[in-house]
Amino acid sequence: MPGDEPVVSLRDVVKAFGEVVALDGFDLSVAPSRVTVLVGPNGAGKTTALRLLTGALTPDEGSALTFGLDPSGSMGDDVRRRCGMFSAKPALYDRLSGYENLRYSAELYEVGPTWPDRIAEAAARFGIDHALDQQVGGYSTGMKTRLALARAVLHEPDLLLLDEPTSGLDPESSHAVLGLIGDMASQGKTVVMCTHLLLEAEGLADDLVVMDAGRTLVAGPPDDLARQVWPGVTVRLEALDGPPAAALVEAAGGRVVDDGLTTLVVEVADLAAVPRLIDHLRDEGVLLTRVDTRRPTLDELYFALRGLRGTST
Amino acid sequence: MSWRRAMVVCRTDLRQLRQSRDFWIPMVALGGIFFFLAPLVLLTTITQLGDIDVVRRVSDALEVLPQSAQDQIQGDTPAGRTSYALAVFLFAPLAVVVPLTISTAVGAATIVGERERGTGEFLAHSPASTSEIYLGKLVASLVPGYVTTIVGFAVYSLIVNLLVGPEVGGWFFPTTAWWVLMLWVIPPFLALTLSLVLRLSARVKSTAAAQQASGLVTLPLIMISYGQSTGALFGAGATTAWVVGAVAWVAAVVGLVRGSHAVSRARLLGVADEQ
Repeated sequence: MPGDEPVVSLRDVVKAFGEVVALDGFDLSVAPSRVTVLVGPNGAGKTTALRLLTGALTPDEGSALTFGLDPSGSMGDDVRRRCGMFSAKPALYDRLSGYENLRYSAELYEVGPTWPDRIAEAAARFGIDHALDQQVGGYSTGMKTRLALARAVLHEPDLLLLDEPTSGLDPESSHAVLGLIGDMASQGKTVVMCTHLLLEAEGLADDLVVMDAGRTLVAGPPDDLARQVWPGVTVRLEALDGPPAAALVEAAGGRVVDDGLTTLVVEVADLAAVPRLIDHLRDEGVLLTRVDTRRPTLDELYFALRGLRGTST
Repeated sequence: MSWRRAMVVCRTDLRQLRQSRDFWIPMVALGGIFFFLAPLVLLTTITQLGDIDVVRRVSDALEVLPQSAQDQIQGDTPAGRTSYALAVFLFAPLAVVVPLTISTAVGAATIVGERERGTGEFLAHSPASTSEIYLGKLVASLVPGYVTTIVGFAVYSLIVNLLVGPEVGGWFFPTTAWWVLMLWVIPPFLALTLSLVLRLSARVKSTAAAQQASGLVTLPLIMISYGQSTGALFGAGATTAWVVGAVAWVAAVVGLVRGSHAVSRARLLGVADEQ
């Protein structure tokens, strides 16, 4: 596969389970060495999309290619060997020890004669080396998560797929997950993650795909998407007596983005408009305590995009 | 298909069974009762009681057996002839019931269990093909029942030879027909049964449902194999046993090939409604 070809390419994919349509003309293209985050409400089709990438499911219509190959075809085993999957539910064998779980994966993915070293490295990386001899049934949720992470990267996959990776995790385990994604990205690996917790994708996502009802609402780098919604500069304002009145801001040429209890988020045309806005508010007697030009969070972006496309939350 | 990967699946399943005391303790108990305790008590009683009236009547009753079976019975005394007949003919069905019961219990849970525990997700995304997963799970279901039977058979042979041997002039067990039964007739019946049980395990929604359905499927097979085994030992001769075994092997191969299509990645994930 040439270097600039997409690692993942889903085109006009339809996938239904009985009468429930999970994906309805879904498109996805993931470039190499990018972190792509699929976001959307429950039932948007995120997990189904991930399952298509390894050939665990096959499309009813449309095409799915991973590494340029059909993952549900005769070359599917080669595709799956290059993928690492981390599911929301760790999918570990409770009656086996941590070591045996990793060994099972190493043998199925045909890691080769270095598998004992790989197991030791992966376990140490996620801080579960001390518990490898114990039965997984006795592990805490966090330990299971870290073991599942170690298993997902044991065979050094080129494509890491994560399905709701921090759902229900303690801060340490969440940190381990996000650290892994960062490490994979820095190694030039491709990551596709689906989530409905946008906070975890903050700062990691090279590309954002907003899904709803099995379709792509919008896709692209977060900054590009943000510019579609807010072409100007976003400023967060707080004042001594509560947030400034929206009318005052609009009189100075600003547009109110979010009118919160303590904070007013406004958009102005460019950075030069910020001092003018401050002067205007000061002249009106507003005692500003915080002025913060900022990039909108993915959370704000997500809801703004969904609002633009007229979907319900 | 990679035989090596199939054996990885098999070894891991067996490793899990080994860790499950709630599985192997009943398995050992079952084998112990059928191959050790029951024959020990029965044969000891008969050989120690000697020529009392009850034993003589049982000995007389042996005349209802086919002539070919009667011709095989050794021993000069009623106790000797009775214990020989019981050792060779009565316990044949046990050799069928034990492996089928154990393997059915393992096989019924093997695929639906992956789905219930959520581990099917791991297998569904793994490089192992569905054929490799099927084969691995088939062998893992077959081994516990068959190994228990072989070990039990060895123990049974020892008991029979020690208790009945002196009555009939020396060690005589296993007979040729028993060898054919154990090595040629039982394995295909076991494979045929498992091919059906694994198909059920792939399709149903819970382990409980799989075990119920498997019971219904395996009962007729137990009866057929019981009849065939008994018939073969009762004097139809080793030739008949060879033929019965051959037919069973053909049926087993057909069943296994058809059964291999029952495992799909969608079913491992629990989205079995997929076509």
